[in-house]
Amino acid sequence: MKPWLWAATLLVYAFLYVPLAIVALFSFNDSLLNAQWVGFTLDWYRKLFADEAMLTAAANSLFIALLSSSIATVLGAMAGIAMHRWRTRWLPLLVITPVAMPEILLGVSLLLFFRQVLDLTLGFFSILIAHITFSIGFVAIVVRARLAGMDESLFEAARDLGATPWQTFRHITLPLILPALTAGFLMSFTLSIDDFVITFFVAGVGVTTLPLQIYSMIKVAVSPEVNAVSTLLMALTATLIFFATRLAPELLKGQR
Amino acid sequence: MALLELRNITRRFGALEAVKDVSLAIEAGEFFTLLGPSGCGKTTILRMIAGFDAPDAGDILLDGASLSGVPPEKRPLHTVFQSYALFPHMTVAGNLAFPLEMAGVGRAEIARRVGEMLALVHLEDKADRYPHELSGGQKQRVALARGLINRPRLLLLDEPLGALDAKLRLEMQGDLIRLQREVGITFVFVTHAQQEALALSHRIAVMRAGRIEQCATPDVLYTQPANRFVADFIGRINLIEAEVIALTPEGARLRSATLGELLVAPPPACALGDRGAFALRPERVCIAAPGESVELDQRYAGRIRSALYVGETTLYQIALESGQIIEALEANTSPGRARRYEAGDPVIIGWAKEAGVFLHDES
Repeated sequence: MKPWLWAATLLVYAFLYVPLAIVALFSFNDSLLNAQWVGFTLDWYRKLFADEAMLTAAANSLFIALLSSSIATVLGAMAGIAMHRWRTRWLPLLVITPVAMPEILLGVSLLLFFRQVLDLTLGFFSILIAHITFSIGFVAIVVRARLAGMDESLFEAARDLGATPWQTFRHITLPLILPALTAGFLMSFTLSIDDFVITFFVAGVGVTTLPLQIYSMIKVAVSPEVNAVSTLLMALTATLIFFATRLAPELLKGQR
Repeated sequence: MALLELRNITRRFGALEAVKDVSLAIEAGEFFTLLGPSGCGKTTILRMIAGFDAPDAGDILLDGASLSGVPPEKRPLHTVFQSYALFPHMTVAGNLAFPLEMAGVGRAEIARRVGEMLALVHLEDKADRYPHELSGGQKQRVALARGLINRPRLLLLDEPLGALDAKLRLEMQGDLIRLQREVGITFVFVTHAQQEALALSHRIAVMRAGRIEQCATPDVLYTQPANRFVADFIGRINLIEAEVIALTPEGARLRSATLGELLVAPPPACALGDRGAFALRPERVCIAAPGESVELDQRYAGRIRSALYVGETTLYQIALESGQIIEALEANTSPGRARRYEAGDPVIIGWAKEAGVFLHDES
């Protein structure tokens, strides 16, 4: 590769990763200020793990992310398969619109819907439903893309060789879309765990998620504790991606 | 009773009639081919037999029982797809085991039959490979083996050799015949390649625009085509406009604008005054040098227009004095020279009265 291409590549990656690295670095900085390196400390992590409110918010976030992405994966897969099978114009529109909708709009409309129409008490369930709502579209898109790249006669061959529609789904469709489901699940998980705008509208007063907690802390002052929790979040995401890519080659085997 | 019977099958897609009132009877043990250009409805018929599609009118019967409303998985027949449709997430052995697993066959029996089938298609060493690790010919053999392993009453093959190169194609044709004779399963084969159809089939149905033009054995199709379409679709043929001017016990006398009067024997099924085409296969035309004495019913003087040398044969185009172009095929059997004539050479061509047939136009 040409030297200038190397330089450009390096620049792009630096732009992407240096801010993240700084956050991680300063989470170990023995100073209240994010300006200057003083010395190594684990104080911020200690403080973080003693922070009751933060721990509750983190637990909430993880639980909601796990549950909402699981449900969204199932529903999104169904939507993706339906979009593939019945090539109507309106179905993709209905499924994908929430993805393209400005978050603030989705937040306000969900808030109005929960309060005015359903008369639901805002809290755990309203957050869960909101997260499922914006995740379904992502899963559906990946699943449909995966199916679109597949030889249609595979499914006919399965039926032809004696598999019922359910057996065809179980033995052929499901294994073939598994990489898409994994990707969709991970996307939903990360979307859910870091969602701020929509959650802000539908959370109410009882339940707080990690992004809401971080925001409320920053309102007071930027504490290195925020760096610490961000670093942990990064580590979690990186681990997820690591496993996803480790899983993918196995799942993708033979699908060229 | 026929193994498979199609009774007045019609299938419409919107305004298009893809299959029009087709009736067929296929006997047990037969290698039956549906032959026709793309879009003639042959694949639609195959899909209706397999159960992926249903006729708008008519009925399909297997062993005398209607298949109407029977889902594909309940039909005792399998399909070999043009794309092979091997399951990419399963090994070769896994692909072969699939129909047996679906049928609830026991583990030990599955292992035994997979081994047996792999041996039959010479892929014993490929059992643990994934489809993407196989060559085109190997994939083809796995697809065939998977279709046969559960001993279906009928194997449907949708242009299974379409994706292979010419040499491999020829090899697989031999394999197909061997397999079919060995397992004794009825094959229904769909193709647009006429040579393949002639080489493989016991009987062929030639289709055009949703209809069967002729259904016969390969040699009958070749030597006694039912009409111009069949004559032209199968092999090479000279078609010359002609009219019946006399009918005698020994033959029919035709008149053509370019060939004058000619005799066709034995008399074809036609009436006085019928218009149609005199059809003559290139290999039935004899070529002689001027002055050479030849015993032929029809003789014409002409000039070689082009000579196409293809190794074992040479295809000549001869321009007659009337302007009519006749194609003649000669086997290159004499040692030494590749071809006997060059473009521009004056020649005498001719044929026996039994060499051609008269195909009258449908009115």
